[in-house]
Amino acid sequence: MLNDIFIAPFADMIAAPDFLLQVLWEGLVSGILYALIALGFVLIFRSSRIFNFAQGIMVVFAALTLVGLHAMGIPAWISVALTLGVMFILAVSIERIVLRPLVGQPDIILFMASIGITLFLIGGGEIIFGGENKVMITEELGIPTGDTVLEPWGGLLILQHLDITVVLVASALVAALLAFLNYTQMGRAIRALGDDHQAALSVGISLQTVWVLVWFIAGIIALVTGIAWGARAGVSFALEVIAYKALPVLMLGGLESITGAIIGGLLIGILEKLFEIYWGQPLLGGNTETWFAFVLALFVLLFRPQGLFGEKIIERV
Amino acid sequence: MLYRTAGQFKTSYNSDQALFPIKQDAFLLGVILLFALVIFPLTASEFTFQTILIPIMIYSLAALGLNILTGFAGQLSLGTAAFMGVGAYACYKMVTLMPWMNPIVAILFSGVFSAGVGVAFGIPSLRIKGFYLAIATLAAQFFLVWLFEKWAWLYNYNASGAIQVPNLKMFGVYIAGPQASSVVQYFVVLFIVSLLTMVCINLTRGNLGRTWKATRDMDIAAELIGINLMKSKLTAFAVSSYIVGVAGALFVFMWRGAAEPNLFDIPLSFRVLFIAIIGGLGSVMGNFLGAILIVGLPVVLNLLPAALGIPISSATVEHLNIMCIGSLIIFFLIVEPHGLAQLWKLIREKLIIWPFPH
Repeated sequence: MLNDIFIAPFADMIAAPDFLLQVLWEGLVSGILYALIALGFVLIFRSSRIFNFAQGIMVVFAALTLVGLHAMGIPAWISVALTLGVMFILAVSIERIVLRPLVGQPDIILFMASIGITLFLIGGGEIIFGGENKVMITEELGIPTGDTVLEPWGGLLILQHLDITVVLVASALVAALLAFLNYTQMGRAIRALGDDHQAALSVGISLQTVWVLVWFIAGIIALVTGIAWGARAGVSFALEVIAYKALPVLMLGGLESITGAIIGGLLIGILEKLFEIYWGQPLLGGNTETWFAFVLALFVLLFRPQGLFGEKIIERV
Repeated sequence: MLYRTAGQFKTSYNSDQALFPIKQDAFLLGVILLFALVIFPLTASEFTFQTILIPIMIYSLAALGLNILTGFAGQLSLGTAAFMGVGAYACYKMVTLMPWMNPIVAILFSGVFSAGVGVAFGIPSLRIKGFYLAIATLAAQFFLVWLFEKWAWLYNYNASGAIQVPNLKMFGVYIAGPQASSVVQYFVVLFIVSLLTMVCINLTRGNLGRTWKATRDMDIAAELIGINLMKSKLTAFAVSSYIVGVAGALFVFMWRGAAEPNLFDIPLSFRVLFIAIIGGLGSVMGNFLGAILIVGLPVVLNLLPAALGIPISSATVEHLNIMCIGSLIIFFLIVEPHGLAQLWKLIREKLIIWPFPH
């Protein structure tokens, strides 16, 4: 028993390093997508203290809109632009209809409101686009679909071109976001609002504009994730579950930290794949990916209650 | 006029702290009980029992359990459905392993198991707070549902992976399983729900309840005035999970009749959370009002298009339902963030001073 837990998995890893590399690569691909979604969460949480549960359904909604528009005969890239427009309208209407009347309410009320938005989008999406599984328009968007086979140590390592594109695009998006947050006026406004609401308001930063902006950024992230994940697994409402995966990432990295979201995402993506392949499937009957990340984050939190990179919690009476 | 309190004097603290300081409240409860005990059982149809009366009470009980934890003790939990599942599976194992056991005792006892699991998952709450804790309870949610699926002993190794409620008899009457009649099940549910509600009302009014409220309002301050936070938080987890577990056992044994692991997935947790929040956090009555709204609304929305003669497919109606519930949640949060219980409180105060508004 102890051998199965502590020795055999590592022996397997060393015996087949090419397979280990394959597992790590798969983990990295999902990890970078988790990081991307977590980034959307963090931006919204920092600027408005909303724990945005609707992020997952926004991924589905963006992907469905894109596929739906393309099915109406609109060229792929114009559909992407139109989808971005839809996400912008969504951001504005969420700010107008939901957030503005709820300013200053306790956290849990805002959280519930985001679940309300989720339900609304699920119902609306099903009525407009129908619930059946759809195929992402991968080729029309010019995303390569072949694969490269490498042979490290005489083994076999398959890299899907799709995955490589996903990693490149997601990394570029993360870099662009970091640049936007650090070097532009609007980006600085978002960070200022995250640091101190009152102070940010008193120097003339518009709360409404920033809110629309962060929800729009979350929408862009949703579209990119939707395309990437949809190309791998098809576009359906089941995609929503990847948003749940971003939650332990947030716990691990800290709710306020942008660095935490990125590192936490990669860490969880890789570790959960490793655990599933080397411990979950042989010992526990598989499908451990649904809970492993949560339990891992829970253990980290027991030692660091604010997450790995979160702000130190200071409590006053 | 109906709620005139003139002439109802209190001469001791005890009478001022009584359960019904105003006579009309007791009268109102009497009317509700009359409906619940006599009028509904005599008039309700099979459909009404199965789609409205029984689910409303079971959901109210689950929301009451969640409310103890979130509304009274201030610990946000998103794992309610998993704890309901623990209660349901525990009850199933008990009645299949020990067929001689009284079913009501089995249902009440199944909560003990979920209380144990609840305390285990509540231990992190001593260090983790707020949303971090909410996500930590999601760990319970996903892990337990996975366990229900993989641990074949729980569903007696049957091929379908689902649990099927056997026929259970008490005093010569079938109270659970395919042969039980709805009226009997209704009375069983009513009995257990009333019993636990009474217990909860008195718990929250007493010493333990005040400890929870102090913990909720500010835990550091509560610690400074000498409240044992560990005891307070863990009892809240235990009591809450006990009630949620019993609600889960009722959910399967008195209403659904069978359950698959994914029945206890996260949408059920959210449904219960909606009921607790729309009803009003930190209120006992609110759970019942919230359950009436959340359970009753889809039924009404389902019947409405047919009654108005609008031809809509049933799938569309279902999606419209989800949309309506989503927008209603947002609407209620904007109009009255403290829930339906607060709304009733305002109406009652208005009624007491009516017809003179000042």
